[in-house]
Amino acid sequence: MKTGDQTLNEILDLAAAHFRVPKEKLSPDDDFFKTLGIDSLQTLDLLTKLENHFHVELPDYELQGVSDFRTLAGKIQARL
Amino acid sequence: MTDSKVHEAESVAKANRACEGSVLSWTFADGVIELALHRAPCNELGSASLEELEVFVTALESVQSEAHALIIYSHMKPGFCAGADLRELYQRSQAMEKPEAARGVRDFLERIHRVLNLIDAAPLTTIAAVHGVTFGGGFELALACDLIIADKMARFCFPELRLGLIPGFGGIPRLKRDLGNAVVRDLLLTGRSFNASKAQQIGLVSQVVGEGEALRAARATAAQIKKFDHATAVAAKKFIKPIPYEELHREIDLFCELFSQPAVEAGLRKFVESTDVQPYLP
Repeated sequence: MKTGDQTLNEILDLAAAHFRVPKEKLSPDDDFFKTLGIDSLQTLDLLTKLENHFHVELPDYELQGVSDFRTLAGKIQARL
Repeated sequence: MTDSKVHEAESVAKANRACEGSVLSWTFADGVIELALHRAPCNELGSASLEELEVFVTALESVQSEAHALIIYSHMKPGFCAGADLRELYQRSQAMEKPEAARGVRDFLERIHRVLNLIDAAPLTTIAAVHGVTFGGGFELALACDLIIADKMARFCFPELRLGLIPGFGGIPRLKRDLGNAVVRDLLLTGRSFNASKAQQIGLVSQVVGEGEALRAARATAAQIKKFDHATAVAAKKFIKPIPYEELHREIDLFCELFSQPAVEAGLRKFVESTDVQPYLP
């Protein structure tokens, strides 16, 4: 099973690829709405990518209050 | 027939085979009708959409005996359809006295139900080729179709409870027709969105395809359907796909009853006035 750090790293890779930003610009504790300049529809796109990649189902209400990659990784990790 | 009447008939026939509206367009060629939605940002269904959908179904009724398939899809990047135009609904209801607003809502619902019922019962195979956001009224439009083909980035949701409402465009009766009650309860009562894989697992989506491939797959499916005897396909569809008219009427009644509650105005105001980046998240 993946470690939390592996999951976090893969999320950063996916986010960087999906939103076409250099991975170096993303840090685990960034507010991804601000850093990526995305809205809720784009966040749902990212959620779909993550669900498809990790083969998990993450109810979107679990994203309430989540705005950084580290917390997001924790949510995914809990479903692996 | 006089020359002017011939000209008029030819114009109508031509209009029934292709039309470019401000929010949607359609073509009819080689037995397949393709209805493309193209209202920015994500095909929100308001009065303009309803008017053009009504024109479309009139044309559909005149050509459907010659067609074997209807494909509905979206040109808009964020997705198939994000649902009802909540901004228009809020602004119009605020501009009216409550009884007038209530009548307006009922009138809108009855008209959109007529459109979706005609699509639902159309004597040809209907395919929703979806991608991205397929929420609320958009989900209901897809549910009116016989098949849903989704690309892997499609996401479905009935978020209406977040606004103090229930789906009002026929979503509950159609979802109940297609899925088990436990799944329907999950989707309605949590208001959560779910992806295409999950949608396929629960039997809602017939094919999940690569990103951007839904329309291509729908066309291939339509080509397959063309091989079968049209009358037999129509009879089979009528046999296996009941239209839950009575429940659809009751849904309108319940929606109108809920719409009069203060929670709805508050929910709509919150959505419309929000500068939050997260209005589509629960």
